Amino acid sequence: MTTDEKQRVRLVSTVEDDAEQRMRRMSRRSFFQGAVGVAFVLGARHWIDTRRMRQELPWPLRRALQVNEEIWHDFASTGHLAPTFHPSAIGHARTNGDVGLDNMQDIASWRLKVRGLDTSNGDPDSRDFTLNEIKALPAYTIITQFKCIEGWSYVMSWRGARLADFMAKYSPALKTDDNGNPLPPVHGVPAYPDFVAMSTPDKQYYVGLDMQSARHPQTLLCYEMNGRPLTQEHGAPLRLIIPVKYGVKNIKRIGHIHYTNRRPADYWAEQGYDWYAEL
Amino acid sequence: MKRIEEKHPLAIRWFHWVNFPVLAVMIWSGLLIYWANDVYHLQLGFANVHLFPSWFYHPGYHEATNKGHALWDLDYRLAEGMAWHFLFFWLFAINGILYVSFLALSGQWRELAPSRSSVKQAVEVILHELHIRREVPAQGKYNGAQRIAYSTIILMGFGSLITGLAIYKPIQLAWLTSLLGGYETARFLHFWITMGYVAFFVIHILQVVRAGWNNFRSMVTGYILADEEAPLQ
Repeated sequence: MTTDEKQRVRLVSTVEDDAEQRMRRMSRRSFFQGAVGVAFVLGARHWIDTRRMRQELPWPLRRALQVNEEIWHDFASTGHLAPTFHPSAIGHARTNGDVGLDNMQDIASWRLKVRGLDTSNGDPDSRDFTLNEIKALPAYTIITQFKCIEGWSYVMSWRGARLADFMAKYSPALKTDDNGNPLPPVHGVPAYPDFVAMSTPDKQYYVGLDMQSARHPQTLLCYEMNGRPLTQEHGAPLRLIIPVKYGVKNIKRIGHIHYTNRRPADYWAEQGYDWYAEL
Repeated sequence: MKRIEEKHPLAIRWFHWVNFPVLAVMIWSGLLIYWANDVYHLQLGFANVHLFPSWFYHPGYHEATNKGHALWDLDYRLAEGMAWHFLFFWLFAINGILYVSFLALSGQWRELAPSRSSVKQAVEVILHELHIRREVPAQGKYNGAQRIAYSTIILMGFGSLITGLAIYKPIQLAWLTSLLGGYETARFLHFWITMGYVAFFVIHILQVVRAGWNNFRSMVTGYILADEEAPLQ
């Protein structure tokens, strides 16, 4: 035998001798690692499930929702417009959610109570508005897809005043520096507070909005749906239409608006949903 | 006479076994979300099956305790489902992107991508497995049927990701949503791709059981015990 042949025989015999044995050894090690992996997955699941609850969610899940929304705020812009549709796409109106609508609203006596207004020119901090004052603002009609967080959607036509126009005419109190002087506008946007809180007249239903979304050109103080004045179950006399968010943020029958720099409470966020509910 | 042969590189085994629990969480949390608007039906001949019948969401439901089986209780958990879904979609996406990148960079895609003969071979494989055709089709690491199935599952993963993003952010990503036929259509596709995973899973498990222990073990250890007579790959 040549050296080469000898070497090959030795190689083959080594393989013959302990292939099965080596395989068993490798399997033991790999399956042990696999078992550690399974234990890790089950442990992670258990760990998440048993964390402190933050608004009906274990905190790791609540934190993840917040991180996701921060990422979307960085990468995406609330300047994006919701797609609009041809009137022929308008579907039937599905009714869902009646929290805060228990009593029939007397539209004649209804007032929109706004707090956190600009007081620098001597105006009071809060003011009541009539429906006619909202209707006096430029009216816009948009046909957008109303998306419920449950997963269904309908194309509807909405008419109302832009919340941005309302704020431009009746300015919220601007943010101030350490000396109490109002901050200058940034990119032409006044130094509005960071958040808008809205609630029904009885305060049973309430939403919190970030200022960017509130200022979105398709965000309407809405008084007409599909060409007719709002009905009671759809939020008469005035509701919010905010197409960049799920339906839960489109509060019906707005009774109170409050401009604030502290993130407002939100009815469905307290039930375990994401606070932004942004689309 | 046995010989140890490498079959699955470590990276592929990692991607495979990481994907398994992640996809399981995605499907489970997806069901929690789907429950809130379970509108799809399956037409089987004359039978129209509602997906899903109410017993599916809570088998063993007891009215007294208002609870189903603890491990399979899928109703009234929309918020929880969304929270899990939007955390684990990152893991699903990152793992999938790493897997595809690895296939591309390592050249392993050559073992996986269907070739011109794959369709013909897949038919031969199916005929053989149904005991209609006797000869075992020649194959490399994967046969034609496997190549088609495993490549399709990658495309489905990509499909899940883009349809998911289209319904997650239909205004920020309005271009994507309209590319996929709109919000409702994207949701429909997202659901049926998932049903495709379930079908794949059932067949996959049956085939793994059929192929035997040596084959299953290779997905864990990376190696198979091959007969000495078998030609080296």
